[in-house]
Amino acid sequence: MEIGEIYKKLNTVFEDVFDDDTIVVRPELSADDVDAWDSLTHIRLLLTVESTFNVKFSASEIGKLKNVEGLAELIRSKAN
Amino acid sequence: MSLDLLRSLSWLPEPLPDFSARCRAVLDQDSETALGLRLQSLASFALNENQLNHLARAIAKAQNSHAALKPLVPFRLGILSNSTLDFIVPALVATAARYGIVLECIKADYDQAVQEALSPDSTMHRAMPEAVLVAVDYRALPLRCNKGDAAEADRAVSQSLAYIETLRAGLKANGKTVCILQTIAPPPERLFGSFDRALPGTTANIIQRLNLRLAETIFGSADILLDVASLAETVGLADWHSPTEWNLAKLPFSHRFLPLYADHLARLLAALRGKSRRVLVLDLDNTVWGGVIGDDGLEGIQCAQGDATGEAHRSVQRLALELRERGVVLAVSSKNDDETARLPFRKHPEMLLQEEHIAVFQANWNDKATNIAAIAKELSLGLDSIVFLDDNPVERNLVRQLLPAVAVPELPADPALYARTLAAAGYFESISFSEEDVARARFYQDNAKRVGLEQKVGGLDAYLSSLQMEITFQPFDEIGRARITQLINKSNQYNLTTKRYTEPEVAAAQHDPQCFTLQVRLSDSFGDNGMISVIICRPQSHFAWEIDTWLMSCRVLGRRVEQMVLREILEHARRNGIRKLTGAYRPTDRNKLVEDHYSKLGFTLLGTAADATTTWELDVDAAVIEAAPMTVRSIGFMQETSDLANDRVS
Repeated sequence: MEIGEIYKKLNTVFEDVFDDDTIVVRPELSADDVDAWDSLTHIRLLLTVESTFNVKFSASEIGKLKNVEGLAELIRSKAN
Repeated sequence: MSLDLLRSLSWLPEPLPDFSARCRAVLDQDSETALGLRLQSLASFALNENQLNHLARAIAKAQNSHAALKPLVPFRLGILSNSTLDFIVPALVATAARYGIVLECIKADYDQAVQEALSPDSTMHRAMPEAVLVAVDYRALPLRCNKGDAAEADRAVSQSLAYIETLRAGLKANGKTVCILQTIAPPPERLFGSFDRALPGTTANIIQRLNLRLAETIFGSADILLDVASLAETVGLADWHSPTEWNLAKLPFSHRFLPLYADHLARLLAALRGKSRRVLVLDLDNTVWGGVIGDDGLEGIQCAQGDATGEAHRSVQRLALELRERGVVLAVSSKNDDETARLPFRKHPEMLLQEEHIAVFQANWNDKATNIAAIAKELSLGLDSIVFLDDNPVERNLVRQLLPAVAVPELPADPALYARTLAAAGYFESISFSEEDVARARFYQDNAKRVGLEQKVGGLDAYLSSLQMEITFQPFDEIGRARITQLINKSNQYNLTTKRYTEPEVAAAQHDPQCFTLQVRLSDSFGDNGMISVIICRPQSHFAWEIDTWLMSCRVLGRRVEQMVLREILEHARRNGIRKLTGAYRPTDRNKLVEDHYSKLGFTLLGTAADATTTWELDVDAAVIEAAPMTVRSIGFMQETSDLANDRVS
């Protein structure tokens, strides 16, 4: 999957999880930048990413994530 | 497929694309509909976890603003668990609204189940919930023991049960709290393999016995069972238990099943509040049997044993009968002549359902919303106690829109799954079973009574407009010929003259320059209905056409298609210098439906023949026929006059 397409789909996921149409997903975006991005929402986000892209993450992969760029790369390494 | 059927709550309609925006705006809207009903209507879609969260947020906002949420009723539910509840609570709150309940959840801190249940001044006890859900799973129970040691295995079962009973007794100690206990979904990992079930002391063996004992303590008590084990097994234990999600966030089961789990719990709360449904209204054609009785006849409909389609519809009948035996009242709403609709009940040897099983039998040509309202009135039950089963998506949406309180399950394309879908929707969820339930079916005197219709339910015009219908008129051609011939030889009900023609005869009409022919197609927002009407006009004189054939598929009845067809005929008549249209109604034992067809369209009665055939006439120049809300496409006609315009849009 093209990285651009991943970002486009990720934006929809973020809008959905954070219930916010105005959110703009960029590579350096992280939990520090979004108030509503707490540990609970983090899990929701990852579970929604999993079902949207039809991929599965392990706990260690999730543990290493720092920002959206890492997430997008992880998706690219798994999604066809 | 069944997994998807359940996981995606496929009996509920898909939410609109702007669902989340609607949730955000629900408090700001000015609307004639009460806020509580608007929230309930948002909850009535097949919502995923994120959508449930958005709705839960809207409900919380409404509660915080102290807005009146009538007619929704409040319910206070405590939850004890050995896992994370943060994900479950919003899903429950949103789902409860689907059942007319404003849910307030009191949750115990993570893994504080025993303390919360036993300590009289715990958060749980002070909140005085009406019911407490004890959502413990296998990880909370003392299941470990030596494999093969029968005595130790017995002890593990007793101790596990004792743990749950302790919570239960503690919760009930100072109040009338109802306990909702969950059966235990066994983990899919086996130790020996199939032998696990037989060998005392294995997890599978202990859980199986524990679930049985748990169910025994519930029966006859005031407490309620949420059969999580059954739910998990139905969708698949390997999918239900997600080790990753447990390790990551202590999710007791995969989040993908959260909407389904929440719906199952909310059904119980609804049953506790007496909100379970009590009437099943059945469509007949292509629901109770395969085919259309009015067109296919007694020999043509499918409900026979051994026939694949017949068996599919028999399973609907069987489920309806079983529901009736447990006290659900059955009724019929069918677009048919009364006598035709009753024919299979009286004459078809393979019908399981009989007239005596049906309390109210509404077979007529009026819209189904009006008929369902009449059924509710006759039974003295609210519309919110009714479930309506119909294969036709247009009928389903009409009833949903006009009578939102009626539950109308979406159905898959394959009738073999109708019964399963109806059962999966859980409309008749019940927490007890009594003598009165058994007697109820008799109480409603199953005399297949036909009741009169009062005022029509409003909103039909708006519904027709919302269908975005497009009607296409074409003269007969080679491509349409087979279907035209089929319709001519098959249509019985909406057929004015019931003249049958062979394919060469149809071709002859097409090539005869004196003949005017129409094949009519209709599409709408649900899809393409294909060819639905056929017209043949033959010259009677230089100035008059005789309508030799006018037929229409009953599937599009009530959409004002016949008006649009007449407008099209008039248009072409005028261009051809025709001044007069004549038509005849030749009665058969099947076409009483169209007895008043010409009079309704403004034709004048010329006379009645000895065989009861009526003849009618319309003045082409004077006739004014109102347009119906649909786009018109008129294609393939020869240039009758020089200014002919194609693709006219009305």
